[in-house]
Amino acid sequence: MNFDLTEEQQMIMDQAAKFVANESPVSRFRQLRETERGWEPEMWAKMAEQGWLAIAIPEEQGGFGGSFVDLAIILEQLGRGLVPEPFIASAVLAGGILSDLGDDAQREAWLNPMIEGRTSLAFAYAETQSRYNPSDCLTRAEKSGGGWTLSGEKVWVLNGHAADQIIVVARTGGSQLDEAGLSLFVIDGEAKGLTRIRVPGMDGQRTAVLRLDGVEVGADRLLGREGEAFPSIEKAIDRGAAAACAEGLGQVRELFERTVAYLKEREQFGVPIGSFQALQHVASDMYSEVELCSSASILASIQADNPDEDTRKADISAAKLQLADGGWFVQENAIQLFGGIGITDEQDEGLFFKRLRVLNGLFGDADWHVARFQSLKGFEAID
Amino acid sequence: MDLSYTPEQEQFREEVRSWIAEAMPATMKKHAEDGANFEHAEVMEWHKILYEKGWVAPNWPAEYGGTGWDVARRSIFQEECVRANAPSLSPFGLSMVGPLMIQYGTDEQKKRFLPKILSGEEIWCQGYSEPNAGSDLANLQLRADKDGDDYILNGQKTWTTYAQYADWIFVLCRTGFEGKKQEGISFLLADIHNTEGIEVKPFLTTGGTLAFSETWFKNARVPQANRVGPENGGWAMAKALLGHERTGIGGIAESARGLMQVKQIAQRTAVGNSTLFDDPDFRRRIARKEMRLRAIEIFNLRQLAAAQLGHAPGAESSVLKIVGTELQQEVSELCMDAMGHNAMGWLDSPEEALPSYQQAVASQFNYLRAATIYGGSNEIQKNIIAKHLLRLPSA
Repeated sequence: MNFDLTEEQQMIMDQAAKFVANESPVSRFRQLRETERGWEPEMWAKMAEQGWLAIAIPEEQGGFGGSFVDLAIILEQLGRGLVPEPFIASAVLAGGILSDLGDDAQREAWLNPMIEGRTSLAFAYAETQSRYNPSDCLTRAEKSGGGWTLSGEKVWVLNGHAADQIIVVARTGGSQLDEAGLSLFVIDGEAKGLTRIRVPGMDGQRTAVLRLDGVEVGADRLLGREGEAFPSIEKAIDRGAAAACAEGLGQVRELFERTVAYLKEREQFGVPIGSFQALQHVASDMYSEVELCSSASILASIQADNPDEDTRKADISAAKLQLADGGWFVQENAIQLFGGIGITDEQDEGLFFKRLRVLNGLFGDADWHVARFQSLKGFEAID
Repeated sequence: MDLSYTPEQEQFREEVRSWIAEAMPATMKKHAEDGANFEHAEVMEWHKILYEKGWVAPNWPAEYGGTGWDVARRSIFQEECVRANAPSLSPFGLSMVGPLMIQYGTDEQKKRFLPKILSGEEIWCQGYSEPNAGSDLANLQLRADKDGDDYILNGQKTWTTYAQYADWIFVLCRTGFEGKKQEGISFLLADIHNTEGIEVKPFLTTGGTLAFSETWFKNARVPQANRVGPENGGWAMAKALLGHERTGIGGIAESARGLMQVKQIAQRTAVGNSTLFDDPDFRRRIARKEMRLRAIEIFNLRQLAAAQLGHAPGAESSVLKIVGTELQQEVSELCMDAMGHNAMGWLDSPEEALPSYQQAVASQFNYLRAATIYGGSNEIQKNIIAKHLLRLPSA
């Protein structure tokens, strides 16, 4: 048992903090949220130069052989700057799947260009009716000739509007809710039959609805075994949840630190409002929740790659619940303590508030994680 | 970062588990199954069993008779004690004044007191609060006047938990009457039974048990040699002691026990043709508390790991006190909810109405209102965080 960052990880954190402060402060995000893409390929390439896109990829695949903890360290800093580049969609979700399931040729074709910062990826799993159920899938892939033909619709695809390649969950067998019969395909962002509808999000980032109308792919675009993708899909979504805990922690910390600073400087009744005990106690409670969000993020990042599925699921669900409940406590009170100025767009607090709320709804919300937690085997035991 | 246990640590867990199963007497096991409602004598019986095994002081260094375990072993040991529903030992000697003496006591004090804390021959209690010094603890008035080699104590302490079972009391008393209130306080050790002028009178709590006492001092003589730390340096001692107590203060083990208890009740409580534990709504209520506990556990482990590296305890223990005791209360409220109409029962309800394993739930539920009050009320903890950690201006 050990909670210390290694010297290397400490360096990654310092480097990421400096990078965000110098290269991508919140003001940069403010400009980009007005643009069509919402992020910049040049910055993506710079992030690749830092080694971040390959950090958790095994060395034998050309990565740095780090762990999810390394990703979480970077994500927390990116969260502080609201950096809009598709780190979760591309490096965490799609990159993780390609690393786990891709063969040499597939990694060469799609993983390597991404970790070099030349392309970006996306992972399309959710559908209108699926809510958070990872096995609920109506999109189908039918065998045709030597390959497959995909039809269906995916929603809220992170970076779906800009990705060069998109990993799509499609059903090759079974019916709507079956865990068996799910497969993963890599489709080209410009594939014939693919319509991408850009969706602006509350948080100022972009997602997409993807309409697949007979998109044809070769057999070499099937990842892993046909019909057996469910555990990999669950794992990817859990990695997404752990990533949300890490990025969200960055926003929780920003909101908290900015609120405490404001309590010290804002005066009413001739004194700083932070001298009022009613507000001090709210700030103290916020501090407790920040600390628990931090512990929860550590827990999630340690467990993200745990091969014991039940342990991974239980701890990641616990962590995501803490982000949802504790994070909400911090964000709602941050706005309340700022008062009217807190709901103006010119203040950054509202931007953190929005991003945090989006993260709470991604990769399973609080209710979904509570429901999953109580369905796990370990919950039955009374010791 | 890594949460896993080494094979040696897993083996240690097996060793602890099988030892507890073997060492716990049959009647104690029965009471453990019945919601871990132990009499004082049973707690002390378990104390002695642990002492003979050498496991009574997991937090003490080996040279003073502790186990010298690292954080991982200590947490494994605690998890296994919770799992077996073993009695919780009195913290006043083992977790509070003992570690303080190890840190600040004289050699004579260590030699005189530590072995008997370990063996359980001498039981301790804490004399901090007074009728007019609750949250404003520094306002305490129990006065200690020098007379030859002694102090003469006059005044009153209150909320002295389990003083009726204690042989010794550690008290904060006033030795300085000028300047800041905090700078005139000393930390003394008093022999309850062999000092003339100390009187203990327990209160009946709303839990139906005698937990707290009032303790009076009338010209009670305490040798100056029984002072820990310098004269008028008692406030620093009190703070240092709180640092040692930080593991226990959040009630993590108690919340874990409470969750086992609520599952047990739900599994045995019939609702129509199934049980309450089959009710998805109720399962989710339990799940939420268990998930919250997980985040608090990790926070606690991080603090313990930091302590092991020698970092001084900070206001983080206030966080643990607040979130831990809130959860402890919520879990006990959930136990009451699980019982449904059985929650009307009380300690002496007949078995036909109230199964024995549910008998103590309502008492616990009432008593646990104290958790957010004792050890520095949660509001005081918030003041500490606001002042020392957030550095917010004072009013």
